[in-house]
Amino acid sequence: MTDRALKARVWRGAAEGAFREYEVPRHASQTVLDVVTHIQRVLDPTLAYRYACRVGMCGSCAMTVNGVPRWTCRTHVDKAAKNDRIEIAPLKNLPVIRDLVTDMREFFDKWARAKGRFEGNRTKKDDFARVRPESAARMQADAGIECIGCGVCYGACDVVSWNRDYLGPAALNRAWTLVMDARATGRAERLRAVAGDAGCHACHTHMSCTERCPKNLSPTAGIAGLKRAVAKAALRGEL
Amino acid sequence: MSARTETILWIAQRASAALLAACVLVHLATVIYAVQGGLSAAEILGRTRGNGAWFAFYSVFVLSAALHAPIGLRSVFSEWFGWRGASRDIALALFAMFIAWMGMRAVIAVFA
Repeated sequence: MTDRALKARVWRGAAEGAFREYEVPRHASQTVLDVVTHIQRVLDPTLAYRYACRVGMCGSCAMTVNGVPRWTCRTHVDKAAKNDRIEIAPLKNLPVIRDLVTDMREFFDKWARAKGRFEGNRTKKDDFARVRPESAARMQADAGIECIGCGVCYGACDVVSWNRDYLGPAALNRAWTLVMDARATGRAERLRAVAGDAGCHACHTHMSCTERCPKNLSPTAGIAGLKRAVAKAALRGEL
Repeated sequence: MSARTETILWIAQRASAALLAACVLVHLATVIYAVQGGLSAAEILGRTRGNGAWFAFYSVFVLSAALHAPIGLRSVFSEWFGWRGASRDIALALFAMFIAWMGMRAVIAVFA
């Protein structure tokens, strides 16, 4: 523990609000989530924020730290603070419920719109599907399936901020993993759902999602794959 | 607009971009070649008039530009100004026809 203090500017309010500054004691290996927790437990119990696992598994503590969307539980103050100052805001591109808590409904509704739900045609009476792990399609699906839906990519995406209908990187990444899943049905419906101005074709390949994804996934690669798959389907008259 | 139509527009924009990349290179090389030798306007017209290959090349160039630019502006208008829907698409279809008309007018003037 040190006797240095961190000046933390934290967003208070909803869509309308302002940053309020708090002084938080510095500790070794202190995370941004530790800072927010200290404020809520010691300085100001009215602060609203969201977290669960604290170890980078649940994805619920995503916030905007010094302008960058991050998991606060996996962001060390030493790395994020500049001159003992830090700014903590709710995740961008989502409605703010209060303080640091965003309303994730549109984020997950878009997963549904992108046909992100797995549906197969086998029953429990059928044998297991045989999927070769080294097959090209399975490897591409595997590259994207570790998404835990934290919303960091959604908060990082410029296209979402310009086009409120855009499905966003996570929903499109999910759709891509299903397009590449040999067991999934409804391929044509899924490709139709992710095509067009609100879907994969709106992506400008800025790669902010890939840059910020805490799981080191590349939604950009998945979206590029969707563009190719949708184009082929359109040319074959399957869209 | 249907997902299929939007996808076709996307393909058209990518395909026209590929054509434009080649056309711009050939065009620039031709311009540089033409000015190096000190060709006069009359000498240039002497080469272009009645030249079917030249006419075909610049027709492709003009029509690619007429296709490419308005599709790109669709995104610019919606993302920067929030202009979406049929009014935007009709305006851009007219703009595409305007580019094609202006461009082909110039091509025909130098060919005929």
